[in-house]
Amino acid sequence: MTNYFNEMYDAGKVREPYARLEGWTKDMPAELRQMKQAEAEALFRRIGITFAVYGEGGDPDRLIPFDMFPRVFTQLEWRRLERGIKQRARALNAFLLDVYGRGEIVRAGKIPAKLVYQNEAFERAVTGFTPPRGIYSHIVGIDLVRTGPDDFYVLEDNCRTPSGVSYMLENREIMMRMFPQIFRENRIEPVDGYADALRRTLASVAPAKCDREPTIAILTPGHFNSAYYEHSFLADLMGVELVEGADLFVEGGFVWMRTTEGPKKLDVIYRRIDDAFLDPLCFRPDSMLGVPGLMDVYRSGGVSICSAPGAGVADDKAVYTFVPEMVRFYLGEEPILQNVPTWQCAKADECKYVLENLGDLVVKEVHGSGGYGMLVGPKSTKEQIETFRAKITEDPDNYIAQPTLALSTTPTFVEEGIAPRHVDLRPYCLVGEKIELVPGGLTRVALTEGSLVVNSSQGGGVKDTWVLAE
Amino acid sequence: MLSRTAENLFWIARYIERAETMARLLEVGARIALMPSAGHGYRSEWESLLQASGTSEGFAAKYGDPVQRNIESYLFFDRDNPSSVISCIARARENARIVRTAMTSQVWDALNMAYQEIRQLERKPRSELELTELTEWVNRQAALVRGTMDATLLRNDGYSFLNLGFALERADNTARLIDVKYYVLLPSVDFVGSGLDNYQWQTLLRAFSATRAFHWAYGGEVTAAKIAHFLILNRQSPRSLISATNAAMEHLDELSHNYHKSGPAQMRARAMLGELAETRTEDIFEEGLHEFLTRFIREVGELTEMVHNAYLSGEAR
Amino acid sequence: MILTVNHVTTYQYDAPMRSAVQSLRLFPSRFDGQRIIRWDVSVEGGIRGGSFKDGAGDKIEAWSVRGPVAEVTITATGQVETTDLAGVLRGHREHVPPLSYLCETPATWVDDALETLANEAILGAEDDLERAHRLARAVSSAIAYKPGVTHAHTTAAEALALGEGVCQDHAHALIAAARTVGLPARYVSGYLFARDDGEPHEAAHAWAEVHVPTIGWIGFDPANECCPDERYIRLGSGADARDAAPIKGIALGLGEESLDVAVALEATQQ
Repeated sequence: MTNYFNEMYDAGKVREPYARLEGWTKDMPAELRQMKQAEAEALFRRIGITFAVYGEGGDPDRLIPFDMFPRVFTQLEWRRLERGIKQRARALNAFLLDVYGRGEIVRAGKIPAKLVYQNEAFERAVTGFTPPRGIYSHIVGIDLVRTGPDDFYVLEDNCRTPSGVSYMLENREIMMRMFPQIFRENRIEPVDGYADALRRTLASVAPAKCDREPTIAILTPGHFNSAYYEHSFLADLMGVELVEGADLFVEGGFVWMRTTEGPKKLDVIYRRIDDAFLDPLCFRPDSMLGVPGLMDVYRSGGVSICSAPGAGVADDKAVYTFVPEMVRFYLGEEPILQNVPTWQCAKADECKYVLENLGDLVVKEVHGSGGYGMLVGPKSTKEQIETFRAKITEDPDNYIAQPTLALSTTPTFVEEGIAPRHVDLRPYCLVGEKIELVPGGLTRVALTEGSLVVNSSQGGGVKDTWVLAE
Repeated sequence: MLSRTAENLFWIARYIERAETMARLLEVGARIALMPSAGHGYRSEWESLLQASGTSEGFAAKYGDPVQRNIESYLFFDRDNPSSVISCIARARENARIVRTAMTSQVWDALNMAYQEIRQLERKPRSELELTELTEWVNRQAALVRGTMDATLLRNDGYSFLNLGFALERADNTARLIDVKYYVLLPSVDFVGSGLDNYQWQTLLRAFSATRAFHWAYGGEVTAAKIAHFLILNRQSPRSLISATNAAMEHLDELSHNYHKSGPAQMRARAMLGELAETRTEDIFEEGLHEFLTRFIREVGELTEMVHNAYLSGEAR
Repeated sequence: MILTVNHVTTYQYDAPMRSAVQSLRLFPSRFDGQRIIRWDVSVEGGIRGGSFKDGAGDKIEAWSVRGPVAEVTITATGQVETTDLAGVLRGHREHVPPLSYLCETPATWVDDALETLANEAILGAEDDLERAHRLARAVSSAIAYKPGVTHAHTTAAEALALGEGVCQDHAHALIAAARTVGLPARYVSGYLFARDDGEPHEAAHAWAEVHVPTIGWIGFDPANECCPDERYIRLGSGADARDAAPIKGIALGLGEESLDVAVALEATQQ
């Protein structure tokens, strides 16, 4: 039996960040808890936060389960995390600027050329073009797990368009509405500055040609997308338009919105659609979601696109292994956050090790996301393991493996009362004129007992995440 | 505002208005069906109702003969019928979800609740549902939506597009509802002026929830001429063609004021209103009620097209 | 050699379109083998958009046409002085790492036949330059020039199986073959002045470039069994024909499109 780090109880004693929460839960009768849980659900549903899961069918208005037991960090813990996250976000952006420019890190032999230039996510179309301030990934979502009081590991980086930030904000909103008392008793850092910070970040990377207060819009694939709620929520909080591809057109070197008063020039696009769909002239010709000619405007400096097309090459799971090297190479610093040791199945000797130890490892697809195409060795059946063995043997380049981490647990409301469940953390780092991180993030929790998979598409839930003020 | 957002708002209003019209149509149909037969029978009355609502072909393809129970299902719960109450409410709610941020949470709540409730009604056995209950439910939901809009929305261009949607749809729908009278009576002109004729006119009034208002406004004996005047030319009557046209013009003027730009839609609305203001009831009967209504419906269609081109198509320069 | 070009492309729509957008890669490359005397690109009734040089060194210019539009006419015309550099793309400024051209595209997908062709061709070759030459020769002899048997979406593998094709198919086959033996290769579009018969339809041409580390990019024209010389004008490059297309465009609307291309090349004797 693995010994998991419990973030609330250490050897039977309550750890400092949770000190004031013990009484709160003890005093709460089961009926009240159930009532509150129902209230929270009703609130979520009324606001319209739902999450459609790809390929599952069923109720399109499904909610992500919300757990009312907050996850808590002390100011000290958070400061260290913050330094590590910002450091990583800087390094990832430096890497992108480099590989679409001179490629110094490749020339220096710190990362294999093949891994970068033959990567599916490498966009030849943007080489030689430098986006405003040299920033490619403006919203970096870094997935972290904890294994001990001071041990945090980065699970993966998300440099394209990390989702879930609306849950961070709404979870807090709902907690404050339902339990104002505990917010009076605990001094908790606010997270509601996020929307302003995001708007500032986007405005700070407006193209040089923009000589006034930049017009910003969020580009969504449309209301059928599972994250549509988040897109409209963020647009609303920032006070910017939420546009679809068909709302935009290009003319005279600029992008314009179709409005009731005629065309309105757009300066910064926070896109929530993939590179491949941005512009049918440049990428997938069958894309109906994008804007024909958008990439030409972008490359001639008429509009900014956040994240920059091609940013995905930095968050590839095979490139991930080299992020600590990036920190050293570009920043001349030692990485504050550790990587999870990773075996590349592309390398014959490492692949051999992986195949021999499948039962103990977590295997992931290099380009997969959302917990799909993943094997958790210790939680899998013989059959599942054998299926993966065949897949890896067939196409080793497509897989990496990591040890099964002893993910920390936090107390979670379950049917029987309160029980520890495994969690991870995704903070959202903003990179523009300044690098900003609101004190908090999205804590995802594996609601099934013993489960280590926290993805919402796989039955995970979410929690409010607190950073205590000093 | 984005043309697409304006279009969504415009259509939310149109769907709500249309849902309400469908419910009122059903009520007219049910009332007329209760009358002693006009000689050509019960069936053709329902048939005429389907024709007036523009759903005749779709119904025939799916059910064949017009039987009241089927018509109720088709006009109320059938998602294959794009004009059914449930289709209208579902689409209004989906449009609202898309432009969620262009409206207040109260308006969203009203639309969302209507949708959640009709989904529950849909699951109930039909035998447990009274038609009057259903139509009253629709009227109540529509009133709730309108009420929250009036009470909570910012008076900006979005508000104008919503109200334009209400006004244009209402102009069209009222004309169609009055036209039911024409379809029902068509085969036998002898009935004009008979007791049955008046009974049918009164049924129309009832469908507009306007019986009492009518008596307040006119008093005395109920005549076809008075009712036609009330439903078409009376500015005090909230559903009259002239009121709807006037509302469309006011919101178009509001837009041109906001945008510092006027166009053909404003001119046309003004012309239509001007003509209605000059029209007398006699003129309408002289032209023929059906002919007059057909012309009016066409003109509303043209005005809608102009609104589309000027604001909603995204081609405005 | 001084070459005068007049290249007119016309798109016609049977119903008026809402709008049209073009991305034009219609400008002769700047390198030691080409000097532009004059060059002009225009779209009738169009609005000029942004222009820039992409990472591969190609100049790209965007255009748009407001609707309703029933016809779009794109004209490229000018004069270029060319020099024979035996196919070597000398003095061309670009940023794209050659390795990135090793990625497969649908048109250059490699099947067993292509792999065999490539491996047999390079057997015993001393260096990459010789390998490239041999691959080009192998493609020339495996695919006979014959217009009309292939179409715009024919892949390299399909053309090889047919044994016939046009310059686009030759270029795709060479790119696929080179890549399978680890040589980065790309598609080049341009013009060819045919001395003997000045048939206009042959003047729009395409070939391939293979990257040899010691020299750089070298052009090969398997369709004509040679390396580009002073009869060639190079416009731009890409991973395949679609990527390197001189004109990429989209018109929004329901009309059916028909295309007419006329290219006239004349040599001015010095």
